Formats: sequence, C-alpha cells, structure tokens
Amino acid sequence: MAKHETPLLDQLESGPWPSFVSDLKAQAERRAKNVEGVEFQIPQDCVADLLGVLELSYKHGRTHWKHGGIVGVFGYGGGVIGRYCDQPKLFPGVEHFHTMRVNQPSGKYYTTDYLRSLTKLWDLRGSGVTNMHGATGDIILLGTTTPQLEEVFWTLTHDMNQDLGGSGSNLRTPADCLGQSRCEYACYDTNALVYFLTNQYQDELHRPAFPYKFKFKLDGCPNCCVASIARSDMSFIGTWRDDIRINQDAVNKYVENDPKYPANAGAFRGSRDWGKFDLEKEVLGLCPTKCMKFENKKLSIDNANCTRCMHCINVMPRALKIGKDTGLSILVGAKAPILDGAQMGSLLVPFVEVNPDNDYEAITSVIENVWDWWMEEGKNRERLGELIMRQGFQKLLEVTGIEAKPQHVSYPRTNPYIFWKEDEVTGGWERDVDEYRKHHLR
Amino acid sequence: MAFISTGYDPAKPMENRITDIGPKDYNDFYPPVIAKNKGKWSHHEILEPGVLVHVGDSGDELYTVRVGGARIMSTGHINEICDIADKHCNGYVRFTTRNNIEFMVDSKDKVEPLKNDLKSRKFAGGSFKFPIGGTGAGVTNIVHTQGWIHCHTPATDASGTVKAAMDALFTDFQDMRLPAQLRVSMACCLNMCGAVHCSDIAILGYHRKPPMLDHEYLDKICEIPLAISACPTAAIKPAKVKLANGQEVKSVEVKQERCMYCGNCYTMCPSMPLADTDGDGIVLMAGGKVSNRISAPKFSKVVVAFLPNEMPRWPSMTATIKRMVDAYAKGAQKYERMGDWAERIGWEKFFEACEIEFTHHLIDDFRQQAYMSWRQTTQFKF
Repeated sequence: MAKHETPLLDQLESGPWPSFVSDLKAQAERRAKNVEGVEFQIPQDCVADLLGVLELSYKHGRTHWKHGGIVGVFGYGGGVIGRYCDQPKLFPGVEHFHTMRVNQPSGKYYTTDYLRSLTKLWDLRGSGVTNMHGATGDIILLGTTTPQLEEVFWTLTHDMNQDLGGSGSNLRTPADCLGQSRCEYACYDTNALVYFLTNQYQDELHRPAFPYKFKFKLDGCPNCCVASIARSDMSFIGTWRDDIRINQDAVNKYVENDPKYPANAGAFRGSRDWGKFDLEKEVLGLCPTKCMKFENKKLSIDNANCTRCMHCINVMPRALKIGKDTGLSILVGAKAPILDGAQMGSLLVPFVEVNPDNDYEAITSVIENVWDWWMEEGKNRERLGELIMRQGFQKLLEVTGIEAKPQHVSYPRTNPYIFWKEDEVTGGWERDVDEYRKHHLR
Repeated sequence: MAFISTGYDPAKPMENRITDIGPKDYNDFYPPVIAKNKGKWSHHEILEPGVLVHVGDSGDELYTVRVGGARIMSTGHINEICDIADKHCNGYVRFTTRNNIEFMVDSKDKVEPLKNDLKSRKFAGGSFKFPIGGTGAGVTNIVHTQGWIHCHTPATDASGTVKAAMDALFTDFQDMRLPAQLRVSMACCLNMCGAVHCSDIAILGYHRKPPMLDHEYLDKICEIPLAISACPTAAIKPAKVKLANGQEVKSVEVKQERCMYCGNCYTMCPSMPLADTDGDGIVLMAGGKVSNRISAPKFSKVVVAFLPNEMPRWPSMTATIKRMVDAYAKGAQKYERMGDWAERIGWEKFFEACEIEFTHHLIDDFRQQAYMSWRQTTQFKF
C-alpha cells in the first residue's frame, strides 16, 4: 500500500516510454521492504514522500521546493545544492533533500563494479534517486540530509577515488563526447583532454572565484554531439587542416548502391523508402561550398575551399575520412538566452594543436588568458559572452594575444565607427591648436 | 536508524581529508575492445534503429544497442542495468549525452540475446524499461531539467512533460523515417539549465506573473541588496511598506512591466515566490541545431507563445509537437533539419504546414537583436 495516493502521477505509468513514476514507485517499495537490511541514514519513506510532494505539484500546478541556504562540504564552494520541501509536515521524508553532483568519467563509460558501489552508497546515505546524468554532465545524486553530505564525500574520496563536480560561480564539470574511443570522426582524444583539464583546474572547479559559472565542453568534430558550440563558455571542437582522405573504390560502392555501403551509415534504414542513393544530389548538391566533383568515377575535393561541415563524410563514412593534420578550434562565449539573448560560441582560435606531451600548453595558455581578463573585468553574474559583448571582440583578441583574421568574422563590420587607439594614429592625438590656427583663421 | 560514521570527524574536518582528486580515470572504464581500437576505428553503420556496429582498422567489430532511459533513475534501476551489463557485456556500459544507455558487445551473435533481454523488461505499469532506438534519422531521447521533482523555480514539470512527449513520439524513437535527426529538449524555466535554445524542438516552462511580495517576512529572511542585484532587468528597488498592523518594514518594490519572470530574485529571496497555477505553462520553440553540417548552427525560434499546464499529460503540447514532427517529415527534403526546412519554405509556410496560429507574441521586441528578425525584404509568401 503506497503511503500517498497519486492518481495524477499514476496516469504517467501507461504508454511505451520508460515511466519515471513506475521506477520511483518500485524504489519506494524496495525501501519499504528493505530485503537487504540497509541501515538507511535518511528517512526510509523519502521516495514515497517524493512521489507525494510531486503529486501535490501536479494538483496545484506549482513547485513545492525551496532553494536552500548554504550547504556543502568543508572547503568546497560547489558540488552540493541545498533543497528543502515547503510542506515538511505533510512530507517529512523530504524536508531536507539536497542534491550532490558527482564528476562523471570521460565519455560516460562505466564498469558495473563502480556503478554498484555508487548505488550501495546512495541507498545507505541518500534517497536512492539519481539523474543519469544532469544537463552539465554530472552524475546527480538527488536527495539527502545535511549530516550525510560529509559522509558521502568521505566514502567517494576515500573508497571510490571519486570527487564532486561543480556548481555556483566556478568552473562547471567539463563534459565531452566519446571522441576517438568509439568514433571515426573524432579529430582529437576528447576523453584525455577533458580528464586533463578537469584535473588541472580542480581549484577553479571546487572554489568559486569567478564572476559567474564557466563551462568547458569538448566535441571531437564539427557534428557537435555535446552541443559545445551552443552551451559552453569555451568550446573545443575538433578539426583538421589538410585534405579529406578519399577511398575511390568505396566512393563507387556508394554510387553503385552496394548494400554494404548504406548512405549516411544506415541512418535512413527506417520505414520510409527514399529511393536509390544519388551522389550528385545528396552529396555534391548539398555541399555548402560546392567544392566537390565526380568525373569518370573519380571524386575530387577542392580542399582549400572546404569548410569541413562533415556532410560528405557523414554520408559516406567508408569512403571519406577526416584529414591527418588534426587539432581543434576554440570558440568562446556561448550561453542560453538569459539575459541579453542567447549567444552562440564565436571563433577565437581557428586551429590549435592538441598535444598531451607538453600538457596541452597551447590550449591552457588561451584558457588562462581568457580567465585573467574575465576575472579582472567581469561583473558579478556576467558570463564571458556578455563581457565580450560589453568590451568587444577586439579586446578579447588583445588580452589573448591573438591576431585578427578574416576567419574571426562572418562578415566585416557594416558601420565605420572604428574606435582608433591613439598609438594607431600617426603623431598621436595631442596637437597644438595655435599652430593649427596659423593656417585656419577663427 | 543509528548514525553510521565513515570516520569523518566534524570537530577536525581536515583530518585525513582527501580533496581535488577529480573524476575517475576513464581508462579504467573502457571495455577491452574500446581500449584496443581507440583512435583506430574505420567506420560505423546503423544496422537497424538502435543498433550500431563500429568496425576497427584491426577488423574488430563492436556492436552497440542503444536504449532510452528516463534521466531520473533509481538505484534499483541502475542495478538492473548492471545486471544486464554483467550478463551480456562483461560488466561494461555507457551513457550518452542525451540520457540514453548503451550496451556494447564484441560479436554479432551476442546482439539478439541482448536485444531480447532488453525488450522483455517492463515496469509494473506496463512501460518499457529499455526501449531500443534513438539513432539516425529519428527522434532520440529528450534532454531535460528537474522540474517539480526537485527545483524551486520551474514553471512546469520536466519528467512528466518528457514522458508525455516521448510517448507521443515513440514510433519515431524506434524508426528512422525522418529527413534528418530530430532533437527535442526540455527546460522547465527560462534560465534553461538544459540549454534548449538550439534544438529542433524545445519545450520550455514559462512563468507569466511577477513575484508576490511577502512584506512581513522579506527583510527578516532575505538580504534585500542580494534580491535587488539578482534581477537581470533591474525591476526591483528597495521600499518601505506599511503592514496592516501599522508597522513599517523594509521591503522591496517590483516594477511589474519590467519583470521577465526568471525567478532569480526568488532564488536569493524566498519571500518573492512567483509560481502560479494559471500564470505558468509551456512555450514551444523550433528550428534550432548545433551541428555545423551543411548549414551553420542556429537558435530555436518561439513558435507557440503559451500553452497551459495540463497535468498529467499535457495533451495540447504533445498534439502540437506531433503536428510539427509530421509536417516536417512530410515537407522536408532528405538531410534537411527542421530549421533548414522552415527557412527554405519560409516561416509563414511553417506555421501553415504545422497548423500553428501566429500571434503578436512571436514578434521579437527584446533589445537590439529583435530588429534582426523582422522582414527586411519584399520577398515573402502569401
């Protein structure tokens, strides 16, 4: 017998998509039965109360959570988010129900041994409810009480060699796509770089010293599967500088509609028949720069005019491969709309090498120059993108020591209101008005 | 329920403390075939919806079965994922950026038993625990935020709207009939923890009423300067207010026409709640993308200014989303993303094709970028 009636939530149990309500109900029941004899450190009926308070929100159309106070683990300014229920008498099991963010591994690969140690810990010291994963990338542990925070942290760090992620005005937990571990498009090892950067900047991640949040996201190629270009203050997107590698035999297999060479790696193998694959129409015709030709069964690419959009490679992955001179582009300033409107990442570094042998020096120097400027000039709660808007892209180039290139703009400015610096103008701005008047009468 | 200590002593927090150790080393979590072929993959192929094969230069094959998951997940459910991974995948499993779960096996004969096992598992209420799909030219899992299950500023629920939407889109999760991939994202208030602003379809919770003011408690509970500085539009200023009992207290005043209902003041000051049954609901956006493929990444556009919260299944929202997906499937050319389709046919035709009413709320009036969205040509369609 469930602790609370949930007639509205019950309607979310039907339908084919996995029902979180069914999962939570089963979890509430497991805790109630407690077959394994867990010595629950927070109320045993907390999941039943979580369902109860959620049902109340479905009835009212309003949340019943309060943001809450300063809670955390000693010495860290992030990783824990305080959360309290605004109906503690009705739902005492979730009166205090804080979130902990656990730094996910690169590529989100796991062993079951690790996951089981995490679930065991969270059953003992928390609600047993998680998010796999949160929007930034962390493993989210949803719901525990204040006295358990240090205990969970102790077990994570001592027994599992595992740290918390970021929250607040600090470096948020960096996230990556799976990269070269399982993708032939990846231009660099995202898993290694995100691991390095996360460890390199632990202080920035745990101890808020920034004007606001700061996000790193790493995409192995311009397909941008982790959406770094839209949602990270600093986005690292794999690219290459040389030629797309072509296997002409494989190109012709695609042209001949060989079933082992399905267009777009089989992405259209659904209920709809799109007809025969047509190289001219589907690849050459859709190439944004029209830099490809197919003559006498030979595909040629004018690589100097290719913008590496990935379309032809996505369509014919067995025939076309990324180049060999690979690295990454750095784009900066992306953020969601609040406040001045959404910003997409803007290209700051067209190409930089990804070199683990010198600790990615070329990349960390850009990061640190950007941070120095933002920490000095950024206002409270001003994202990097907004600072760039306020002080100008030219200022960003100046503080990072990067030379302006046409690649930095979609098109040059449409107004001539150039704010020259005094030292850019021959003779400077100090002039003698009396000398001027000798030739120009008042 | 006796307190069990790990050894942590609150009186000596620094004793034996371990900090700044970062995440686990990913190398410890790679399945052997991944570790062996990393950086040396030749190509991949989607064999059927939800099933991929990656082929290494070495000739090694890795088969992946992708299944959807509710991102809110109990430890019991995770343990079941572990049971499956132990049984079929030598104890390895991974999650995708979009909350899918991937089970990987190193030979083709292991795929069918794995698929059959996954398909056979259902929740007590009848839904699939591990539906196979989410690949190629179809709909994959919806990324989303907390909503009413754990957040203080949501204007709608996240898990519930996503469950309802995914039920409506389920055939497209298990099919690949669309002109290109279609990404749906959900954020439960305009702060967008879920950064949904570049999705083919975005579900966004939105408040429409400025905060209420709990004058009697405001100065006792809140730091007034923090509440004032939290407001992104500078709509809050300090005020002296006379209570019903004649007592004068320090509080704040909100310039209501400047409020954009973000709830940032409520985060700083619990005496400024803004949630409201009638005021809160759903905004739908469409036509965004993050990939650089063919066209540049682009922002989603607001296509429905407001739909009421209709618990528990949001039927108006799911019907509108379904209309958009079906109109896109019918009208777009192969490889064309929803936003590229809308731009090719013109947004006036998008509203027609999707049977969505255009209202004045959809014309941008927020700051300078509004101008960029007005039509500055005589080229339009009747």
